[in-house]
Amino acid sequence: MTTVYEKSKMLTDAPMSYCPGCTHGIIHKLVAESISELGVEGRTVGVAPVGCSVMAYNFFACDMVQAPHGRAPAVATGLARALPEGVIFTYQGDGDLAAIGTAETVHAASRGENIVIIFVNNAIYGMTGGQMAPTTLPGQVTQTSPYGRDVKTAGYPIRICEMLATLDGTAYAERVSVNTVPNIRKAKKAIKKAFENQIAGRGFSIVEVLSTCPTNWGLTPVEALKWLEENMTPYYPLGVYKDITAEEGK
Amino acid sequence: MAERILMKGNEAIAEAAIRAGCRHFFGYPITPQTEVSAYLAKRMPKVGGCFLQAESEVAAINMVLGAAAAGVRVMTSSSSPGISLKSEGISYIIGSDLPCVILNIQRGGPGLGGIQPSQADYNQATKAPGHGDAHVMVFAPSTVQEMVTCIFDMFDLSEQYRVPAMLLGDGLLGQMMEPVEFPDVKVTPAEKPWASNGHQNKREHNVVNSLYLQPDQLEAKNIERFERYAQIQANETRAEAFETEDCDVLVVAYGASSRIARSAVMNARAQGLKVGLLRPITLWPFPQKELLEASKTAKDILVVEMSMGQMVDDVKLALECSKPVHFFGHTGGIIPTPAEVLEQLKTIAGGAAK
Repeated sequence: MTTVYEKSKMLTDAPMSYCPGCTHGIIHKLVAESISELGVEGRTVGVAPVGCSVMAYNFFACDMVQAPHGRAPAVATGLARALPEGVIFTYQGDGDLAAIGTAETVHAASRGENIVIIFVNNAIYGMTGGQMAPTTLPGQVTQTSPYGRDVKTAGYPIRICEMLATLDGTAYAERVSVNTVPNIRKAKKAIKKAFENQIAGRGFSIVEVLSTCPTNWGLTPVEALKWLEENMTPYYPLGVYKDITAEEGK
Repeated sequence: MAERILMKGNEAIAEAAIRAGCRHFFGYPITPQTEVSAYLAKRMPKVGGCFLQAESEVAAINMVLGAAAAGVRVMTSSSSPGISLKSEGISYIIGSDLPCVILNIQRGGPGLGGIQPSQADYNQATKAPGHGDAHVMVFAPSTVQEMVTCIFDMFDLSEQYRVPAMLLGDGLLGQMMEPVEFPDVKVTPAEKPWASNGHQNKREHNVVNSLYLQPDQLEAKNIERFERYAQIQANETRAEAFETEDCDVLVVAYGASSRIARSAVMNARAQGLKVGLLRPITLWPFPQKELLEASKTAKDILVVEMSMGQMVDDVKLALECSKPVHFFGHTGGIIPTPAEVLEQLKTIAGGAAK
């Protein structure tokens, strides 16, 4: 019998704790497959954040460290400096990366730290039950923006890839989405490229993945995919914001 | 024999860390400990080590967490306001059972306080270095030489018990110069089968973590950690007794204060007063047994600190309030003088003789 598909060995058998319809599972799979295909499971150390993916350490089969809220890039820095042959990645949500951990994110990028950041942006705090995130869209209703995010009082969403692309230390910044099969394929390519960058010692790579939160958006999984397409992608355009390998090729 | 050299306290600590096998340092500038960073910025590249100036104290302690999780010897250094910022990371490091060395070269507080020497972080260091049921081992050397020997022990003990070790110094000890010898010892870091350093496809994946969502698991983890704390209390408590055999008044002081207290005790002895000094070298665990032994003949206890009085509570607890415990101290960066302490001793001894 020919095996046409199997679960990546980089994923454990632990049942995932994510809500039905949430796209974290897909993103985990893409990260796991990328690491496996590059054959670096044995020297990879991942850093789990605080948020919905706090228990990512149970799902990835490589060595893992669980970081304080927002501090994953600093923890990853310590790991990367201690393990020069290591492949170090963080897996963080929008509250973790773009609110409480903004300083750690920006400075890890500015140092050109040789790490990969997988940034899952679903425009809301999922774990705590649906509060306004730094990436919540203008007008978006959440538990803490019950009348819709009013930019006059709550400010504007942050476009992380655009911001980090301005830093000299950033090697690669791309925003992808997992709302359609073609987009999932592109996301996989981007994630794998980020890990290739790290193995080649090119420095800081970030892949921002637009993701859904049907539970806290109050939508069905299918509606959530449509909402992402119609609302998030106009504000957060998909694409490559920085790629030093492309610049070198010019 | 090892060479005897004149060194500033902060620089001696930094050199001791390197000789104790530390090749990773993450810090953020703050007075009065900046010489630690400056020294290591120069030395680390020459020994193939990593010196990194972080964007904040918060980031620095989390870099320590990452490096410690990878299994290497790692240190960070700060002073009072910076330690408050680090307390989140310290709690996670404790909760993750990671070894590391943390320096607090104390200055006056609270808030931005001042930049002169202080001992006002005693309670923070010994009672609540971070949230949760959490302790770190706290060492309080009183000379530049003792700071050096402590650093070697702190790296070893921290790995042995998987509990962070904090050196609670102060601006006086950090800034003063004294002759120092570095011990010529072979450093053998502990095996770390728990480290998240890449499983090389040879073992199950390791997870360094402080999250236990099941209350019974979290309680069990805390109980297991407190069993290690009990071992530390039984095996690693340190104190030095000076002229305590027949003392009527026992002075209790640590670190820089103990140097002043020692001078006062010597002067008092010269004047015929029976006084002695107990100098805790570990503040957590607190040397209760040693205090009870040293205070056997004492009618009164005098605690001297550069604070409004913090260790004084531990002294009362250790003695179960069986004897009068007096306090004398200055805070805000003022260093008590031997003459002031001698005055206190005379007053107390006068009262005790009545």
